[in-house]
Amino acid sequence: MKLGIETTHIEAIRIKIRIETAAMDALMVRLFDTIDEANMAWVIAADQALRSAFGAALIDLVPSYTTLLVHYDCEQLDHGAACQLINQALSGLSPANTQAGELHDIPVWYDESVGPELPLVAKRAGLSVDDLIQQHCNHDYCVFALGFAPGYGFMGLVDEALATPRLKTPRRKVAAGSVGIADRQTAIYPLLSPGGWNILGRTNVPLFEYAKRGAPLFRPGDKVRFRAISREEFEADGGNTTPMEERP
Amino acid sequence: MSHAANNSASKGLVVKQAGPLTLIQDTGRFGVGHLGVTQGGAADWISFRWANWLLGNAPNSAALEIVMGGGLSFESESEVRLALTGADLDAQLDGKPLAPNSSFKLLPGQRLVFRQPRQGLRAYLAFPGGLNAPEVLGSRACTAREQLGGLHEDGKPLKAGDRLTWKGTAPAVRRIAEGQGPQMPVSGCRLPIVLGSQVAAFSGRSLFQAFNQPWSVDNRADRMGVRLTGPALHGALTGIISEGIPLGAVQIPPDGQPIVLMNDRQTIGGYPRLGAITPIACATLAQCLPGTQVWLTPVSASQAQEDYRKQLTVWR
Repeated sequence: MKLGIETTHIEAIRIKIRIETAAMDALMVRLFDTIDEANMAWVIAADQALRSAFGAALIDLVPSYTTLLVHYDCEQLDHGAACQLINQALSGLSPANTQAGELHDIPVWYDESVGPELPLVAKRAGLSVDDLIQQHCNHDYCVFALGFAPGYGFMGLVDEALATPRLKTPRRKVAAGSVGIADRQTAIYPLLSPGGWNILGRTNVPLFEYAKRGAPLFRPGDKVRFRAISREEFEADGGNTTPMEERP
Repeated sequence: MSHAANNSASKGLVVKQAGPLTLIQDTGRFGVGHLGVTQGGAADWISFRWANWLLGNAPNSAALEIVMGGGLSFESESEVRLALTGADLDAQLDGKPLAPNSSFKLLPGQRLVFRQPRQGLRAYLAFPGGLNAPEVLGSRACTAREQLGGLHEDGKPLKAGDRLTWKGTAPAVRRIAEGQGPQMPVSGCRLPIVLGSQVAAFSGRSLFQAFNQPWSVDNRADRMGVRLTGPALHGALTGIISEGIPLGAVQIPPDGQPIVLMNDRQTIGGYPRLGAITPIACATLAQCLPGTQVWLTPVSASQAQEDYRKQLTVWR
């Protein structure tokens, strides 16, 4: 019985969709109450269904771990009609094929100069820094949501041993490309910004080149695998080796 | 005639002195929230809309959002009709005060100065046909944190030496009828709020306090969010799983002091919310100086939409 639950997780769930008022012209569609990689197939399916149902009456649709925020045009639809449209769009919803998500290979230079929390996270996990790096690279992380900054993907779930709470005082400046951990999540800072995550290293992969692509590298449901590279490889790729200025 | 005067493409309005914060804005960046890109756009969208209306511009034409004034000055290189709405920032044209909420003609060599706020916080300056500014992801809105938009495509505010140009001639010259036009908020003003589902998680006492006493606009206020200070609000939720944030969302962080999330808010966040103030209330709040007293007044989504549609009819 228990064995079966793992493999038929998605099919076994009976989703109870809740539609809640979020603002004058926005409704929150709530699918789940906990963070789980298996949710993503449903969130992506709901995203597609809502986009096609609302068409031009949709102003913005923001999916997250367990919810989708629907911002609709109240010059075209009133609150009741928008609720009805959501109900129709999501009745008989079946999960999307998450295998369709892309797998991204992200080379990271893990080094204390650009990843000042390497020792801290390693110590908390009871690991050597090398083992910590290996652990961080040893998982295909799921992109749960984009937010905080353009192209910033909230990824998880990080192995429980590596889970580290945010810094008590956030840094004012976290360099672009910084790879960090907060609790059981991991992420990359697309651009120089303030932030409180524990920084382990730096990548030179651009996450948001709107001029070239008009879209971020990651999409919800994608998978991300980190790969440790040497300083030489990082530099050869044009990576910025300037050490992180602020220390917590 | 100078070379510059012969070449109409280079004629413009030159920033002689930069104020604390002057941004190119339009109605905002929509349909990109799922990419993590913030909405941006004119914070007091009502005054912004009036400014474009005065010149007969399309409602989404790029204009300037001028915060505080603070000595911001321009010099004109050509004759041009501009429209000024919103806050009274003690604007002067060659030392003569400008009438608020109207259009005016600027002659070559004349100087336009914004001194300090006398009423409201943000003024809007519209240009014939709209400002020329690069469009990024469907909008010319300037969002500093994301380094998107703006004259130099770096999300930065105007600086001394910047030259503004516009699309053409004003399609119309209009006047705002008596009693219409932007209203700057007075202390004790109401901010209608549509309640959200998490409201049930707050204690009865906190809910009573939320809606039955005035809140003070804090000086920690910017285009991302405006803090309100008053009694600390508490409930059963301290954090939630991060979810999409609508405009005007009133989130309650652990210190119990509300933050109203404005145009440049992050797209998702994890603090519980009372609900969201209406777009009209957001325009009001964008004009409130620190210390202004405001009331959060619950309103149904349907009523809020009715009020919103009624507001839109004034520009028809």
